[in-house]
Amino acid sequence: MKPFEIINHTADISIKAYGKSLEELFENAAFGMFNILADLEGITTSTEMEIRVEALDREELLIEWLDELLFNFYTKYIIFCKFDIRELTDNTLTAKVKGRFIGENKNRLKTEIKAATRHDLNIKKKEDTYEVQIVFDV
Amino acid sequence: MNDERHGTFEKIDDYRWRIPKSFMSGMRVPGIIYADEKLFEDIKHDKAPQQVANAACLPGIVKYSLAMPDIHWGYGLPIGGVVATDVESGGVITPGGVGYDINCGVRLLRSNLTEKEVRPKLDTLVHALFSKVPSGVGSKSNIKVNEAEERKIMIKGSLWAVERGFGTKEDIEHTEEEGCMEGADPDKVSGRAYERGERQSGTLGSGNHFLEVQVVDEVYDKDAASVFDLALGQITVMIHTGSRGFGHQICDDYSKSMVRCLSKYNISVPDRQLACAPVTSTEGKDYIGAMKCAANYAWNNRQCLMHMVRKIFEQVFEAGPADLGMSLIWDVAHNIAKFEKYNIDGKNRLLCVHRKGATRAFGPGNPVLPQDYIALGQPVIIPGDMGRNSYILLGTKKAEEETFGSTCHGAGRVMSRSAAINAKERHTLLKDLEAKGIKVMAAGRDTLAEEAPYAYKDVNHIVEIVGKAGISKKVCRMKPIGVIKG
Repeated sequence: MKPFEIINHTADISIKAYGKSLEELFENAAFGMFNILADLEGITTSTEMEIRVEALDREELLIEWLDELLFNFYTKYIIFCKFDIRELTDNTLTAKVKGRFIGENKNRLKTEIKAATRHDLNIKKKEDTYEVQIVFDV
Repeated sequence: MNDERHGTFEKIDDYRWRIPKSFMSGMRVPGIIYADEKLFEDIKHDKAPQQVANAACLPGIVKYSLAMPDIHWGYGLPIGGVVATDVESGGVITPGGVGYDINCGVRLLRSNLTEKEVRPKLDTLVHALFSKVPSGVGSKSNIKVNEAEERKIMIKGSLWAVERGFGTKEDIEHTEEEGCMEGADPDKVSGRAYERGERQSGTLGSGNHFLEVQVVDEVYDKDAASVFDLALGQITVMIHTGSRGFGHQICDDYSKSMVRCLSKYNISVPDRQLACAPVTSTEGKDYIGAMKCAANYAWNNRQCLMHMVRKIFEQVFEAGPADLGMSLIWDVAHNIAKFEKYNIDGKNRLLCVHRKGATRAFGPGNPVLPQDYIALGQPVIIPGDMGRNSYILLGTKKAEEETFGSTCHGAGRVMSRSAAINAKERHTLLKDLEAKGIKVMAAGRDTLAEEAPYAYKDVNHIVEIVGKAGISKKVCRMKPIGVIKG
């Protein structure tokens, strides 16, 4: 199982993320998003933080999670690359995330993402794998 | 045709196609797409027509859900979408109809310089612009503001910069809304947006945002061009950017809260990215107050950037402002919701006009236009891709009658970013551009390939269609010679 793949979208960038569990799906979605933002090849971590979000339902929670990471990327200048979801319900999420300050890693940066959108967002389960397609405004 | 589509598209005339209400259940009005036969052939295979139909389901929508010829698949409303809702009849406002980059827009400056004078110094100029104008992912501005100053930016827009000596009052007169929407409410802006906005005034961003040095290479309307003080061979500068992380955060905050409004106001939309609230509701008013803050932030951002550009030109060409004559021709917003009055079925109605990847295009005589342009109509600035052309058009009376005073905003993409990166033309891209006399510098690793000319529709074709449909009129065409990408 691939963690995610890039899906062709005319104006923006879209990914399809996969996971054997919902936790893994959420982690892979975040990993996919940071792969668009930066080159994560061989990056090591030097900082970590805890993320907690709440939302109306599972889809909203996914957007909240991604937007929370984006907010921290833009305000704390951290490229996140390791995502560990500790607790996940339909409405709440707690995770420990690790990454590296942009600082000397500026040459890793690729494409600015404005936001993760709600367009056609639908978490599905096919056999034993969860999947979701997410459109990012870039 | 995929399964979600019912019925067929109807050809109205050579430049207009109808999506009938039978296309999808829940449509309150038909959709209309501006395109010729050739362009429509591509459009109908994209997901964009579905998004035109989705927008036709918004409560209070008036007449039709519109799309300009540069239409392409976006989120919520398609790019190129225009939707007007009736404020006094339960009409809604949707953040997904404005977009994350609130008041993304374009401004165009003229200059006294000619291509002959600029060519020998082009490398120096492009390097200076690239090194001094903050661009790219996560770039920081030299202008850092505290919360109190940020509130002033939200309320004053371009005037904030002008009061600091970053421009003149003439710049303000040549900016849509005079660079400031009334009714901006900084109390409706989250702490997070404040935080993201404190270091981004005077930054270009990345993606399709750019700064271009151009040459006028075709004049279609000499009289109008002379009002803009433009002639063949003259140098212009175009700046394309928006409200940066500040606006993105506001759209984010309100897209979330509007999802909760759907059940509260018993509204059903086919896409959550079209989550909305009645314009007159508390939630609607709060979003509008915050959206206007972002719109004003964007105008101030473009004003700050323009000031930097003028200073860099003065240094490179060792000349003063009077010699260079770099006055602002016009600044347009192309991601915004505006309140405008239109005659609908014989009645004067106040409408909330969403333009997402569409430009206001008011015709001659419109009272909001400045004195020097009122006889002409509103200038419309259309950026193309970095290898082809850009345009100055004029708005028309017909646009006011037919498209809620709107026209296209650019070329529109035709290829996804990943396909553009993998295209074989990528390998010769820089060489091909150089062969055309275009010097390009980009901050992002893949930006250049993502934004390559082959990833875009031909802007010349798009402009031809809005011209023939009568919703705009050509004045001048420019070609790029120096390009800075984020």
